[in-house]
Amino acid sequence: MLSPAEWAIVGLSLKVAAAAIVLTLPIAFALAWLLARKRFYGRMLLDTLVHLPLVLPPVVTGWLLLLFFGAGGWGGRTLQALFGTTLMFRWTGAALAAGIMALPLMVRAIRLSLEAIDTRLETAARTLGASPLRAFASITLPLALPGIAAAVVLGFARSLGEFGATITFVSNVPDETRTLPLAIYTALQVPGAEASVTRLAIASVVLSLAALLVSEWLVRKGGRSYVL
Amino acid sequence: MSFDIDLSVPRGRRTISVRIAPAAGITALFGPSGIGKTTVLDAVAGLVRPTSGHVRIGEATLFDAAAGIALPPEKRGCGYVFQDGRLFPHKSVRNNLLYGWNLVPEDRRFINLGEATEFLGIGALLDRSVRHLSGGEAQRVAIGRALLSGPRALLMDEPLSSLDADRRDGILRVIERIRDDLALPILYVSHDRAEVDRLASQVVELS
Repeated sequence: MLSPAEWAIVGLSLKVAAAAIVLTLPIAFALAWLLARKRFYGRMLLDTLVHLPLVLPPVVTGWLLLLFFGAGGWGGRTLQALFGTTLMFRWTGAALAAGIMALPLMVRAIRLSLEAIDTRLETAARTLGASPLRAFASITLPLALPGIAAAVVLGFARSLGEFGATITFVSNVPDETRTLPLAIYTALQVPGAEASVTRLAIASVVLSLAALLVSEWLVRKGGRSYVL
Repeated sequence: MSFDIDLSVPRGRRTISVRIAPAAGITALFGPSGIGKTTVLDAVAGLVRPTSGHVRIGEATLFDAAAGIALPPEKRGCGYVFQDGRLFPHKSVRNNLLYGWNLVPEDRRFINLGEATEFLGIGALLDRSVRHLSGGEAQRVAIGRALLSGPRALLMDEPLSSLDADRRDGILRVIERIRDDLALPILYVSHDRAEVDRLASQVVELS
């Protein structure tokens, strides 16, 4: 079984991944909706920017975050001036890094499900008396639910596995930014910690499998929601 | 109540112009496929914007280019029965039927769920998923959904086109009952002369 310190690492990883998803999901949905439904100037550029974390080396993403949110960066100075806080060496910074790395995967999953929805169903809802907002909430959103569930699980799994951007941006601080992958990496540097590595690796596998099972369950539940 | 329509609607490079004088009962929009009959229905329902003209149903003005009136689709009260049904796949038959009913002000409702299902003969389907309906059943549900939204008028876009001969007759009788019992004005799109002759009191030919 895991030691208390290892449980703390699992807890921190879950906290970081959960915060990353909560932060990223609304943004990912808005971006997916824009890219799936709207034609506007700069759409290609936005599409490319969204995909950037997927193709850049994670270390580069982490470095860019460091430039922007570091003590001298524009974002870092703004946070300091407005809220007197910083993301540096904090779990919040780890969550931001994980969220940004998860963003392209989440946007893709949601966008695919939005593109698969027949917009004529929304038109039908309008003729039956639904405002655009109600048509969105009662038709578009429920039909996109499997894609949203897939996005949450993919993003969550990606966040749990996030390494390069995190260690570059917020370093490897015990109890603050040392999530499962960073802890495994750290333990690998220590002679005689193989048992700890094995336990943490098993914890990673279990968490990822659990995420997949939850997504299956959500999708099945979504498929039955016509009775609601 | 009846339609009073005079519209010019852009469609691709052409402009479709149509005039429909007030007349009771069913007005058929007749013409070959691809001539723009559906575009006219879409313009009446507020789904495409005409360049000029007006749309009135009874006393209500839905669109008037000169007066700058263009109600959004949800304020028009046009019960639109689409050619392809467009039932909501994530909702049961019951919740498809009640979708518009729940949104319309009470004083605009003229039929309730029980009456509509009996009228259309779909009482046994209520708790089914719409994914498992036959073509004829789906078309009945689509008509019921439109009626339950308390519309000022019905717009029907070739409601028989996807049905075999047996089912056609059943739906035709339903449409005749809507015309006679509910006295709703109906704008009916078809390319079938026999259908039009049987149903319509006024035929507007698009060419």
